[in-house]
Amino acid sequence: MWGRGLVVGQYVPLDSPIHRLDPRVKIVFVGVSIIDLFILQDWFSFLLWGIALISLVSLSHLSFGYLLRSLRPLLFLLLLTMVLHLFFTPGEYIWEYGFLHISREGISKGFLIVVRLCLLILVTSLLTLTTSPVELTDGMEYLLSPFKKWGFPAHELAMMMTIALRFIPTLLEEADRILKAQMARGMNLDSGGIIQRAKNLIPLLVPLFVNSFKRADELAIAMESRCYRGGKGRTRLRVLELTSSDYYFLALSFSFIVFLSLRSFL
Amino acid sequence: MIEFKRVDFWYGEESGPEARNEEILREVDLEIPQGKFMVLLGRNGSGKSTLAKHTNGLLLPKSGEVMVDGMNTRDEDSIWEIRRRVGLVFQNPDNQIIATTVEEDVAFGPENLGLPREEIITRVEEALNLVGMAEYRNKEPHLLSGGQKQRVAIAGVLAMHPEYLILDEATSMLDPEGREELMKVIANLREKIAVFHITHNVEEATEADEVLVMDKGRIVARGKPREVFSQVGKIEEWGLELPQVTETALLIKKQFPSLFGALPLSPQELVGELCS
Repeated sequence: MWGRGLVVGQYVPLDSPIHRLDPRVKIVFVGVSIIDLFILQDWFSFLLWGIALISLVSLSHLSFGYLLRSLRPLLFLLLLTMVLHLFFTPGEYIWEYGFLHISREGISKGFLIVVRLCLLILVTSLLTLTTSPVELTDGMEYLLSPFKKWGFPAHELAMMMTIALRFIPTLLEEADRILKAQMARGMNLDSGGIIQRAKNLIPLLVPLFVNSFKRADELAIAMESRCYRGGKGRTRLRVLELTSSDYYFLALSFSFIVFLSLRSFL
Repeated sequence: MIEFKRVDFWYGEESGPEARNEEILREVDLEIPQGKFMVLLGRNGSGKSTLAKHTNGLLLPKSGEVMVDGMNTRDEDSIWEIRRRVGLVFQNPDNQIIATTVEEDVAFGPENLGLPREEIITRVEEALNLVGMAEYRNKEPHLLSGGQKQRVAIAGVLAMHPEYLILDEATSMLDPEGREELMKVIANLREKIAVFHITHNVEEATEADEVLVMDKGRIVARGKPREVFSQVGKIEEWGLELPQVTETALLIKKQFPSLFGALPLSPQELVGELCS
């Protein structure tokens, strides 16, 4: 649904069993996986996790290269973690130079933690790559709605997300239009130092903001005219329903996670 | 029936004589009966949009009353029923579509009414068919043309099964094609519900059952299109133009005073008169 237009976020619109899973199932799976990956401490578990991830990716019809790209922005963090663990873990030293030393424990711990971080990033990316922002919003609204009892604004948050998603393309188009209009009036974006360049953006941002407020006002009036009065008593056109494949996925993934956790505890 | 009873309105809280000078609506008396196609004409700043916002209680009169099928817009208990019955479509097509797909946007109103899902599905289908947008069901709104967006906005209102459709300058931001599309949709709807079309484009008024003209917050003329447009001198005074065909006919009449008993409003009428 997002493919033909502007792609917001990382979503890759494909038709695969993973794409078709209920967004709630995927969100819960990722949440539990994150906890599980923090509990696990041994190589064998990570190996199993790696195999599980590979089978999920092949099910999702995404290419591995594409998924691995999501690691790139965090490469520095991964390296830093590795280096810190390498040099600052006490234990049996196998290499020393001045105050620097590398321990056997440091090597294994460093690798373990980097692999854990990689798995964490890949699992979450798998969620955002296979679930459209709209579905994510829906899933979050459903999952958070039990907390409405304690005043948690689940519906309001979802409505804000929906409106934001709806207006991102509109505002981008508008920014483009303003940019062209200002350039026609002699605006120069690329001259000067950092501060000057930031200042150059003012003629773009001010009209964009002013218009956004106007839009917000008109949208609110339009919503009120269409009887919008918050989430109370509201029904939905699009309803999330768990299918049998959702149940299979849940059963399989939870037995996998429970098995791994139990194994590391016993 | 939507009734305006001596409605005065100005922005701001004060009610002294100074505020009164800035009045946007002055003693407006108006009846919008069911099932009619009415057009309200007026130049910019004449108070048209303010009047539109009074029809469903978005604005409340400073004095006087607005009644919708016997319900007062001041009455908070009936405001949502009033808003269901009186559907508003606004000027800017971009700022009234809420959801990320056409279908869900049309469903927004029925969802707010708390209708069961099956009912929403039938209403969305029906409304999209009425405006001829059924095949765009799954499109994202920003991929549509202006005219298509306004048709979606109309469908969104129709899905609430209103009695009155108020178009508040809904055509003014559209290109000629979009305008034509929209006028066709309106022509289709006129038998089914009351359409109250607010515009400054006189061409769009020639087909109406009744034309109203607003100037400086007052309703200054009302009647059949031909009656209103035959007040040639006044049209200019109100800041409007004559429909092109009528204008042409007047120019011809200057040369040939014997022609045209009644002023033509459509090309067909003009041709008919000339050939007879």
